[in-house]
Amino acid sequence: MTELTLVQAVNRGLFEAMRQDPDVLLLGEDIGLNGGVFRATEGLQKEFGAERVIDTPLSECGIVGTAIGMALYGLKPIAEIQFMDFIYPAFDQIVSELAKFRYRSGGQYPCHVVIRTPYGGGIRGGLYHSQSTEAFFCHTAGLKVVVPSTPADAKGLLLTAVHDEDPVIFLEPKRIYRSVSGEVPEGDHRVPFGVARTAREGSDVSILAWGAMVPTSLEAAAKLADEGISAEVIDLRTLVPLDEAAVLASVEKTGRAVIVHEAARNAGFGAELAARIAEKALYSLRAPIARVTGYDTPFPYALEHLYLPTPERIESAAREAVRAG
Amino acid sequence: MAGSETPRPETSVGRRTVPLSATVEDARRLFGSDWATVVARAFRWMVFARSFDARMQGLQRQGRIGFYGAATGQEAVNVAVGLLSRPEDWIAPGLREQLVALVRGHPVSSYVDHLFANARDPALGRNMPCHPTARDVHYLSMSSVIGTQITHAVGLGYALRLRRDPGVVFAFFGDGATSANDFHAGLNFAGVWGVPVVFCLTNNQWAISQPVERQSATATLAEKAAAYGIAGRRVDGTDFFAVAEALRAAIGLAREQKLPSLLEFVVYRMTPHSTSDDPTRYQPPEFLAAAAAHDPLERLGDWMRANGLAKAAEVETVRADCDSEIRRAIESAEAVPPPDPESLFRDVRSPLPKERSRSQEVS
Amino acid sequence: MVAGSHPKDIWATATRADGMTSARVRPATVERGARAPAGVPDARRVEAYRWMVLARLVDERCLTLQRQGRIGFYVPLEGQEAAQIGCALALEAADWIFPAYRELGLALVRGVPLETLFDQFIGNSGDVLKGRQMPNHYGYRDRNFVVASSPVGTQITQAVGAGLAARRRGDAIATIAFFGDGTTSSNDFHAGLNFAGVFRAPTIFFCQNNQWAISLPRAQQTHSATLAEKARAYGFEGVVVDGMAIDEVYRAVRQARERAVAGDGPTLIEAQVYRFGPHSTSDDPKRYRPAGELEKWKQHDPVAGFRDELIREGRLTVQDDEKLWEAARAEVASAWKTAESKPPVDPLSFLDDVFAQPTRELEDDRRRLAALLAQREGKP
Ligand SMILES: Cc1ncc(C[n+]2csc(CCOP(=O)(O)OP(=O)(O)O)c2C)c(N)n1
Ligand SMILES: Cc1ncc(C[n+]2csc(CCOP(=O)(O)OP(=O)(O)O)c2C)c(N)n1
Ligand SMILES: [Mg+2]
Repeated sequence: MTELTLVQAVNRGLFEAMRQDPDVLLLGEDIGLNGGVFRATEGLQKEFGAERVIDTPLSECGIVGTAIGMALYGLKPIAEIQFMDFIYPAFDQIVSELAKFRYRSGGQYPCHVVIRTPYGGGIRGGLYHSQSTEAFFCHTAGLKVVVPSTPADAKGLLLTAVHDEDPVIFLEPKRIYRSVSGEVPEGDHRVPFGVARTAREGSDVSILAWGAMVPTSLEAAAKLADEGISAEVIDLRTLVPLDEAAVLASVEKTGRAVIVHEAARNAGFGAELAARIAEKALYSLRAPIARVTGYDTPFPYALEHLYLPTPERIESAAREAVRAG
Repeated sequence: MAGSETPRPETSVGRRTVPLSATVEDARRLFGSDWATVVARAFRWMVFARSFDARMQGLQRQGRIGFYGAATGQEAVNVAVGLLSRPEDWIAPGLREQLVALVRGHPVSSYVDHLFANARDPALGRNMPCHPTARDVHYLSMSSVIGTQITHAVGLGYALRLRRDPGVVFAFFGDGATSANDFHAGLNFAGVWGVPVVFCLTNNQWAISQPVERQSATATLAEKAAAYGIAGRRVDGTDFFAVAEALRAAIGLAREQKLPSLLEFVVYRMTPHSTSDDPTRYQPPEFLAAAAAHDPLERLGDWMRANGLAKAAEVETVRADCDSEIRRAIESAEAVPPPDPESLFRDVRSPLPKERSRSQEVS
Repeated sequence: MVAGSHPKDIWATATRADGMTSARVRPATVERGARAPAGVPDARRVEAYRWMVLARLVDERCLTLQRQGRIGFYVPLEGQEAAQIGCALALEAADWIFPAYRELGLALVRGVPLETLFDQFIGNSGDVLKGRQMPNHYGYRDRNFVVASSPVGTQITQAVGAGLAARRRGDAIATIAFFGDGTTSSNDFHAGLNFAGVFRAPTIFFCQNNQWAISLPRAQQTHSATLAEKARAYGFEGVVVDGMAIDEVYRAVRQARERAVAGDGPTLIEAQVYRFGPHSTSDDPKRYRPAGELEKWKQHDPVAGFRDELIREGRLTVQDDEKLWEAARAEVASAWKTAESKPPVDPLSFLDDVFAQPTRELEDDRRRLAALLAQREGKP
């Protein structure tokens, strides 16, 4: 065990993956000599050479398209998109190609590419360095969508992603890249997909969150405890595959659900969670399902502190749920 | 690269086809002492393709298959790549290169199964017709999205080079695809990386209803290669020997020096874009006349008759042989039931996700 | 393949790409001699220099302000002043500018007040953009200066569309897209230049090749000999200019503009410059810049170079120069002071302008957020 920040844990995960398997290679913008704009790939090119840690021309379309070609041949490329906001030039490759290769070839051409990308607000990044658009990818059959919220999970889920057989969109909550640190197991540490983590146990209300909203939700839960409200915080870890059982079990226990995400509310992943709870645990509910989310506006620069869900907004939603019944 | 002569077909006035300029010596140089066999095989495949296209367009009209995109007029390119590529090479196809898979040994019956989208289709009937997958001959699966395969080919080429494997990747696309994002990204990455990829641009002069003049303001499409620092060359794609010659040079560059090149094969789209298209709405009738003069099959047949291969060039005999093979494949494919409904859920991702098993229990 | 020619003529033009083309063709350089337009006109030379000095001082100031935490971010342009000011002066006020994030020089010459720019950098109540964008991502409709975004390249296709629209309306203007060497690899570069070639758009593509795309050197961006020659792949001309020499830039842009307005189609200009500073305040060039490279380019410092030229031309004395710097420094300081004293942006304003009219949901959000803020301030 070593104490690491989240971004260091990503870095260790990449080192481990590249050491384990010569087929693993990285490609992206500014990831080699510069070590990535967030330093997630620091030291990797020095260790593994420029053939396996490739600084590409400035084209996300090229990065993902060529990564797919490498994967078709059996390599295990890990592509970095510098910010999730810049993934759209590659959207066609991700949605039309990466997600569908296995299916459309009847299983003959699995296409295992991991796409890492920092996402989310809170770094004063304005419209184009802040967005959380996981819902686009969850909506696309064939992609797995992973969002760690702790350093240990960042490494563990990353290694699982690299050894998985499917395309993985690996979202790194950049706001907590450095503000969160924790013990990270050495070596081949893996955290399975589809298993949520109970970040805090509670009995009155279930707070469902992922990524950077997990620490925010925990902060809210601590404050709620002072008022005598026992909140359970579930960290989903992977949105696809979803640990539906864990979500339902928690909601069945508490009878109340508050869903928290940074992304805009309309058709966000929270809507999917709310639907599943309504479909399968409606009769356990004691209060309406609540969502605490970003607004249905583009992501603003100067006022991002108002856009982002805060502990305050989460607490207020939880309180209301408890008051309701 | 050899052959810097500009291909410049004569006009078709007073002649049925524009004669091929290759000599027997050229054929020998290209294909060795066995050249006559190679040429006969090429001719047979062209006849096969012509028959196959006609037959499948008929089946589509009868409602027996859902869609068909012919490659009539483009056979010389497909056959030449099929014959000159090696088993360790890879094909990243566009819409019209199924023949390459067949020449490389993918069973005709399997392709016909795909066209019928039956239970024997290796891809379980999931795609529109003409979108086969043939891993047995290193033929990638294609989507309908124009151009996306170009970057795949470059990544594949990188992987081959990294592993020190000998293969070459052939990336196929049309004139319309030169406007696509992936053309730009793919050729740019290829230039920077140096990869064994032959970009086979089949300029059939149309992207559905858009003539190539409206696709790009350049004089040729081959010259776009310079923007990426790679070699480019325009070739008469209806001249089997010219195609083979250019391919030999490009393949040499790829195999020996791991360098990419762009070959623009100028061909004529002799049929509608697909069975859903009506070219009389946009295509001037003179186009088909020019196309007829550049019919790759007729041109090769004429050449064979003039160069002592008249017997192998007897179209009717060859066609009868091909037709029976096609008929057998159709009869067999039509008797196979559609894919199992359960197959709908297979191959979305490797292990079945947990949530599916649970939701199936619940509902 | 010019629009209109018939497909059966396809061989007629085949001579251009006979055999494998040589991949390394030098593109045209700017015309010189009698017929070529002159450089920055006499009457505007000192003004040009003053803009360059002002841009340099804004950079200096903003880098400091960012370190002090008084602005959140900054993208410097140091090293690219001649390219930007020369280009700006060659344009007409009616020409539409589609900037990237580094085009401070263009904004200054277009007459955007320093204070307005500083308001944007702070995102305060004076910011026309209502604090929504990161610093350097601004736009001013009244200056025909379209708002920048961060994803590189997207402005290129937009500039082409605007050019075609202007032509349709019968407006004799050019549109101009700004971007860097790295952006030549983007999807929109390809689509934009291709459309411009096919439709003969009155558009100038102004590529400031500052030799780096963050940490990727020009040589690894593309294998072509120059960036300008990429224009050939779209059927029009590209020119390389020394972007450290303001007159050369002025001439090239002037020519391109004349061509555009005359209906002779687009031009790609590659201005070869060097980024003296970091990519942005989030970047550390020491990690990737080879030793000595910066020093080599600094010998061609566009500001110092032009000053010497003006002194040689007798338009400026050393004393004038000192005064000019002093005045500019005072201007920057005073604009900053005014901007910094402004109140913050209205907290509810980020909910505006999503659509022409707010949706019911957004109106609900606005009410709820107002209540929350009031509660925070202890009001009922
Ligand atoms: C991205 C995309 N846009 C549009 C289409 C519809 N479409 C199918 S084929 C085609 C024309 C392709 O022309 P070209 O690349 O010249 O190939 P050809 O069909 O002539 O072989 C178009 C526009 C598509 N499949 N994909
Ligand atoms: C689509 C996209 N991908 C990545 C980025 C991150 N990024 C911002 S600037 C930049 C480099 C741009 O280089 P260049 O075009 O040469 O312009 P310069 O910054 O040198 O002026 C990169 C990679 C981005 N803004 N947009
Ligand atoms: Mg640059």
